[in-house]
Amino acid sequence: MSDSLDQLFVHLKHWLVDLTPEPWQPWLSILLSIAAIIGVFAGLFAIVTVLERKGLGRIQNRPGPNRVGPAGFLQFAADGIKALTKEDIVPAAADKFVHFLAPFVLVVPVFLAYSVLPVGRNMVAIDLDAGVLFFFAVGAATELSPFLAGWSSRNKYSLLGAMRAIAQMISYELPLVLAAIPVIMLAGSLSLVAIVDHQGGFWWWNATAPDGAAPWYWLPKWNLLKPWGLAGFILFLIAATAESNRSPFDLPEGESEIIAGYFVEYSGFKFALFFLGEYLGMFAISGLAITLFLGGYHAPFAFLTWVPSWCWFFAKLLGLVALFIWVRGTLPRLRMDQLMNFAWKFLLPLTLINIVVAGLWKYLPRATVWQIGLRWLACAALLFGAYWLLGRTMTRRRNWAKRTYQMAS
Amino acid sequence: MPVTFYIWAFVVVAGAVAAMSLRNLVHCALALALTLIGLAAVYLQLGAQFLGWVQILVYVGAVAILIVFTILLTRGGDSQDPPRRGAGAFAGVMIAGLVFGAIAGGITGTRAITEIAAQPPAAKVRDIGVELMGKYVLPLEVIGLLLTAALIGAILIALQEKPRSKEKADS
Repeated sequence: MSDSLDQLFVHLKHWLVDLTPEPWQPWLSILLSIAAIIGVFAGLFAIVTVLERKGLGRIQNRPGPNRVGPAGFLQFAADGIKALTKEDIVPAAADKFVHFLAPFVLVVPVFLAYSVLPVGRNMVAIDLDAGVLFFFAVGAATELSPFLAGWSSRNKYSLLGAMRAIAQMISYELPLVLAAIPVIMLAGSLSLVAIVDHQGGFWWWNATAPDGAAPWYWLPKWNLLKPWGLAGFILFLIAATAESNRSPFDLPEGESEIIAGYFVEYSGFKFALFFLGEYLGMFAISGLAITLFLGGYHAPFAFLTWVPSWCWFFAKLLGLVALFIWVRGTLPRLRMDQLMNFAWKFLLPLTLINIVVAGLWKYLPRATVWQIGLRWLACAALLFGAYWLLGRTMTRRRNWAKRTYQMAS
Repeated sequence: MPVTFYIWAFVVVAGAVAAMSLRNLVHCALALALTLIGLAAVYLQLGAQFLGWVQILVYVGAVAILIVFTILLTRGGDSQDPPRRGAGAFAGVMIAGLVFGAIAGGITGTRAITEIAAQPPAAKVRDIGVELMGKYVLPLEVIGLLLTAALIGAILIALQEKPRSKEKADS
């Protein structure tokens, strides 16, 4: 029963494909995968926009959207119709072709990134041998879009936003990729499906117990529950927040400084496409974080494995999205120099040390309980020491002084 | 050869021609990005998955971005100067021809090309990694050292333009 529910969508697709004549089958199979990705994640986008506005509203002690539909949950439909019917304004001085191109350069690669994400058991559009590499490659291709938008608009705020966006994305791409490397090293594969399989199963507490005693399962074999995995997950999540231009790294958009940054000159449906691209980028990178560190579609406890695998993936995804909303409602925006210092002097060294720690983890002996404990302690101590030292040097070198305002004093 | 090869070959050549002949520098950079994407597609078609994705990650994701960034920082990208023609063009064609001849000669002269296998080997990414870290680790490290030296050199050049104190700049 639980198995058929787990493979419900896989069986549904096979059944549909088998209904069609032979020559159409490969095409229909591809089409169904694409339609499922676009439908599910665009739907998720619609719901999350409402959830985010309601969540931020609660954090700011106000109700948030609550007029359209039950409890305001149809707000996205109203917004969508508004975006579709609004006039599409292109500035007179704009580079028309590039201005038109920019939203598509963002949205198309973002959708491509979903093709390698395993959202459930046997539920991946294509299992590429170089899946992680593919994901980062299409992610890097989206970085061109803010530049195209900002430059083609011929607006100083747009251009400032574009410059900020490029500087930020290039800087944070490095820690993002480097934070993923320990996972690839330990799994021995770039395929996302293989990485998820590597995290399946559980560590059991009394596996060495005499026969008869059933092993009771303890913790899932997620990468998150290892010292390099925990550090990697946190580093990855920070870099991912910066890559998806979300608060506290929303300098490229900075409403209070440069209005909306690179897409200030966009209106109507093109604006909606930028919005869609940003959210889909956030979901995709959260999905990658889940796949790399949170065990993908695997259940957290052995007694919960009857829940379908895709439920776990989307539950984890919504959990991470909630975290992103919470962070956005909590933290203030960084300054440009803080942003750069943080990426190059703090995140980058820590990710490099994390790679060394992953190597240690692999080769330290783990025959006895003592050796396992020692391995844990050594890896965690190395990471924590590096964190402490880097954090100290980052704040100590600076001569903090009371800020004086030229016009206010 | 399949028709997709001709499509991508056209994209590569058209992008390269546009990158050389367009007036606006930013348009040139974008045309160059298109060429690089086309090259990646050709690699992918040849079954070189690793090379194709790395081409997109490095060249489209980093090099193209750095080029447009440099254009913005140096001249605003609004230069509308027509491309110069004349003696420079002749020298350019000569150099291009010589470079093409040298590379083509080098490639056709190697043993690897003359022994084309009927079925190209499907190299898995894992095998490439093992080869790079095993047999070819020394060339890899040498290239890494070279790039580090280039980086340090670039930083030194950039530093010289900014004197440490005003007196030093005057003297």
